[in-house]
Amino acid sequence: MEPGALGREYEDREVICRQGDRGDCMYVIQSGTVDVLHQDGGAEVLVGTMKAGEIVGEMALFDRQPRSATVRARGAARVLTLDKRAFLRRVHEDPSLAFRLLETMSQRIRALNTELASLKQAPAATEREPARLAGRRG
Amino acid sequence: MGMLLEDGSRVGVIGGGPAGSLFAYFLLTFAQRMDMPLSVDIYEPRDFSKPGPAGCNMCGGIVSESLVQALAVDGINLPGSIVQRGIDSYVLHSERESIRIDTPLREKRIAAIHRGGGPRDISERTWGGLDGYLLKLAQDLGANVVPTRVGEVGWDDGRPRVKLKDGERTYDLLVGATGVNSSGWDLWEKLGFEGKRPETTKAYITELNLGNRTINETFGNSMHVFFLDMPRLDCAAIIPKGDYVTVCLLGDDIDHDLVHTFFENPAVQRAFPVTWIAGEGACHCSPKINLREASKPFVDRVVLIGDCGATRLYKDGIGAAYRTAKAAARTAVFSGVTASDFEKHYLPAYELIARDNRFGRLIFRVVHRVKAFPPLRHGALKMAAREQARPGASRRMSIVLWDMFTGSAPYREIFFRTLDPRFWVRFGWSSIRAGGGRRGKQMEAAHGTGSAG
Ligand SMILES: Cc1cc2nc3c(=O)[nH]c(=O)nc-3n(C[C@H](O)[C@H](O)[C@H](O)COP(=O)(O)OP(=O)(O)OC[C@H]3O[C@@H](n4cnc5c(N)ncnc54)[C@H](O)[C@@H]3O)c2cc1C
Repeated sequence: MEPGALGREYEDREVICRQGDRGDCMYVIQSGTVDVLHQDGGAEVLVGTMKAGEIVGEMALFDRQPRSATVRARGAARVLTLDKRAFLRRVHEDPSLAFRLLETMSQRIRALNTELASLKQAPAATEREPARLAGRRG
Repeated sequence: MGMLLEDGSRVGVIGGGPAGSLFAYFLLTFAQRMDMPLSVDIYEPRDFSKPGPAGCNMCGGIVSESLVQALAVDGINLPGSIVQRGIDSYVLHSERESIRIDTPLREKRIAAIHRGGGPRDISERTWGGLDGYLLKLAQDLGANVVPTRVGEVGWDDGRPRVKLKDGERTYDLLVGATGVNSSGWDLWEKLGFEGKRPETTKAYITELNLGNRTINETFGNSMHVFFLDMPRLDCAAIIPKGDYVTVCLLGDDIDHDLVHTFFENPAVQRAFPVTWIAGEGACHCSPKINLREASKPFVDRVVLIGDCGATRLYKDGIGAAYRTAKAAARTAVFSGVTASDFEKHYLPAYELIARDNRFGRLIFRVVHRVKAFPPLRHGALKMAAREQARPGASRRMSIVLWDMFTGSAPYREIFFRTLDPRFWVRFGWSSIRAGGGRRGKQMEAAHGTGSAG
């Protein structure tokens, strides 16, 4: 392990935070990648994969809801924890600290919009598909 | 152009230490968000890649927990190429005992770095320095570095002007980031700054080449701080890096006698390997440290940031440079560059630091009293050791000591935390027990490693 690496080392598949938990911190990935997973009933859906430099787990800091997803290391990952209270105090003193979080969130909304659009198109495509096939057969 | 920065405005920054570089970095970042192209010159005579004094802005080399976190949110994640060691704990030494206190999450939350190219006797450069790294960040955003010491400034029709050997440059905004270890303040007085300069005293630093293996075995990833009854000494720390440890003494005019007494102290001797012969390293210096802020840090179109304005007393000076730099950059981009803009939007951040130092001075006075009275001194350490030995117990003393020595929290917060009656009941009880306890016995916290002995 690099002696100068900051944060905490997580092993492959080790959970960094869990869906449903109270969110009293957020994380900045220092090295490696982490998976963001949403558990729905028994099923686990991979919502995204994040890499070094990216911030994760910030939503719970702002909306005070339980964590909406589980964050898990994919391979070895090093992650720095940022405490909620200390962070919010800093934002109060220096509101520009929130710029990057807004940027992160707006990028996520963009990505979600794109995904939503493709999902909305998908059923239409599958509806058209049988007709097209039938037409070809006929 | 008026008193607002606009497309093409020219900004000069004198001094490319952390304050100057971070100012340029944030100014250019904020200006980019506003789609406002600016031209920024940073005047810095030092070559931060050089070993020894030529490349070094003399410092203990701790990047505090709070600064590591704030930078990470800003997208500046300090890389392993400059962080020589991630610090996850500290060991507190007194004559009688040594205890170790960990971060709650056992996470490496503090960075140990060199500021420049390393000590003068360095044989191989493995790590880059912090100052060069930050300067490069500003350069990558478009700042132009002028490798010159500025010796003359003046006014040009209401705008500050820098006079160089090969000509003059006039700026819409001039930023003072000259620290306290140069004659930089003469420049600001020439520009009409009145009132008090920052008050300073002499500190001490030496770099000891002990080798990576010895450092790992003896000091580990802990910052070692000393809780000793030595007049004039407020803080003493050993900070492990890669091949070197930095020994840093802060207090009232640290002189050779005090350095000698420190190295001869049994607690200090005990912290080092038995084979170590007390003495300073090939690289040592007595830099000035800012104790009290300059009374007025701005006039129209000129603002002072970092050490040449205000810094945190004895702690997290780089963090204070970050905070003042960013507050000045925010003001310049989003509000304007008149004295009244700085008064409204920059002064609050500046005064927050200055006001907090009043609590700091009070705390250091109390700590001196505690250190001078052995039952209290040992009581404080015993209380922290007991908290560490019992996971889940409230860590009142540990948190106070952690924040005190790492500079992670404002002094005000530390002060109010100690006002809790439960803190004093436990402290009093620990002191009574320590006063009547077995003398000469060393104790270690349950989490302690061999590093403390
Ligand atoms: C003994 C000691 C230990 C310390 N330990 C720590 C620590 O562990 N952690 C921490 O956070 N802080 C520490 N500090 C405080 C920290 O060093 C300062 O707060 C920090 O360096 C301030 O940054 P700055 O950019 O304002 O000034 P400086 O770092 O002093 O930089 C000023 C720059 O301006 C340049 N300059 C000066 N005059 C001119 C001129 N006329 N023209 C052009 N350039 C000029 C200089 O070359 C220099 O590069 C310590 C201080 C001391 C004295």
